[in-house]
Amino acid sequence: MIKIENIRKSFGDEEILKGISTVFEKGKTNLIIGQSGSGKTVMLKCLLGLFQPEEGYIYYEDKAIQEMDEEQQRHLREEIGMLFQGGALFDSMTIEENVMFPLRMFTKKKKTEMLARVNEVLARVNLEGVNRKYPAEISGGMQKRVSIARAIVNNPKYLFCDEPNSGLDPKTATVIDNLIQEITHEYSITTVVVTHDMNSVMEIGENIVFLKNGKLVWQGNNEDIFKTDNKDVTDFVYSSDLFKKIRDIQIEEQ
Amino acid sequence: MSYLEDIGSYFLMLKRTFGSFTKRSVLKELILKEIDDLIIGSLGIVAFISFFVGGVIAIQTALNVDNPIIPKSLIGFATRQSIVLEFAPTFISIIMAGKVGSFITSSIGSMRVTEQIDALEVMGINSLNYLVFPKIVALLFFPFVIALSMFLGILGGLVAGVYGGFTTLTDFTTGLQDDFDTFHLVYAFIKTFVFAFILATVPSWQGFYMKGGALEVGKASTNSFVWTSVLIILTNFIITQLLLSS
Repeated sequence: MIKIENIRKSFGDEEILKGISTVFEKGKTNLIIGQSGSGKTVMLKCLLGLFQPEEGYIYYEDKAIQEMDEEQQRHLREEIGMLFQGGALFDSMTIEENVMFPLRMFTKKKKTEMLARVNEVLARVNLEGVNRKYPAEISGGMQKRVSIARAIVNNPKYLFCDEPNSGLDPKTATVIDNLIQEITHEYSITTVVVTHDMNSVMEIGENIVFLKNGKLVWQGNNEDIFKTDNKDVTDFVYSSDLFKKIRDIQIEEQ
Repeated sequence: MSYLEDIGSYFLMLKRTFGSFTKRSVLKELILKEIDDLIIGSLGIVAFISFFVGGVIAIQTALNVDNPIIPKSLIGFATRQSIVLEFAPTFISIIMAGKVGSFITSSIGSMRVTEQIDALEVMGINSLNYLVFPKIVALLFFPFVIALSMFLGILGGLVAGVYGGFTTLTDFTTGLQDDFDTFHLVYAFIKTFVFAFILATVPSWQGFYMKGGALEVGKASTNSFVWTSVLIILTNFIITQLLLSS
């Protein structure tokens, strides 16, 4: 569980996060959504400790990240898995070496044990026979899956995903969404996904936080979001023709 | 003001580079890889340039010394002095600023652009120690490159001088041994260590703190070459003043 209490973050004179408080629950896919520039990525980077908020607290379980010393923060980061927008796989390493990387850095396992674990997680993300390839030799969707494998290989307690579907076709995007949700339930991870993709919201939005101009304006799940009359949310959800048509059909059916 | 900030961030980078060390077994592999990339990978170009520049120095000295009073051994002497004092330590370092420096900046810069450095940080790894420290250690072997450059430069001078018919082997070797001061070698290798540190850290700083995309990686590589060369020339001047002018 991750709890945020009244966090504020500015860059220069511009306040990006304006006092956000919420809770991201364990074993659920928690989504941060909103338009570009709403503060989603800044909020994610604050959660990761890459940005320090000027005010407020971020609690991992019952311990505030701001009150942790350097060693405690390093230990916390060993419990974090991160799926970056572009995958962020290490170009100079093979797929196997990429996935094995967190194990090599943080465990004392033997090479055979690490290899077994790597093959296990690669099989879990439906990727086999690519161990010796380099990231540049596989597709974008496969890179995302490798990135998920690397994120979960060391059994993280927290999984963060930044725009996991960007640059993917709708079918592959759904596969990635489902994979994230399955892994979240299977390993009972606290997952936080930053996205502006409505398909992801519909597929995996178990707890959705909607940001606008650095403020949390709505929170609910993927069923609530279609029933809410919050204008900011409806403007965002029904900004595409597809969702407008779905809404019209639903109204006609009623 | 911006320059002061840059200098400050460079020294803060150095402080972080030597803090919170990466796991020893991983670090060992990284150092060996960097030695291969930065040192072994540079030997070919250094050998080629040194041999032929040594030859050119010998020929130009011979062509400009046409007074019969001046002994032919001056060709060997001038070749040795030029190569040991300046060409090998300073100009090979500037050439390396182009080859190795650009490689370091573009590889670290690309990692910055593609969020690979963020990935290291999120995992709780000191990215500066992971990326920069192995390069500093690898470039401690830079004096071996310079020693090779000195040897091949003098050999190039000998081959061009003797086989080009400008001097005899005896005259050239006499010139090589004339008025030899071992402190000149000490001076050259002290310079080399300082230049090696500049070569490892300035391009790393340029790459690590760059912002933007692919175009900015190219700009950072160019800046890296410019600033590394400028610093090498300036420190060369300062070290020469300190060690040779007394």
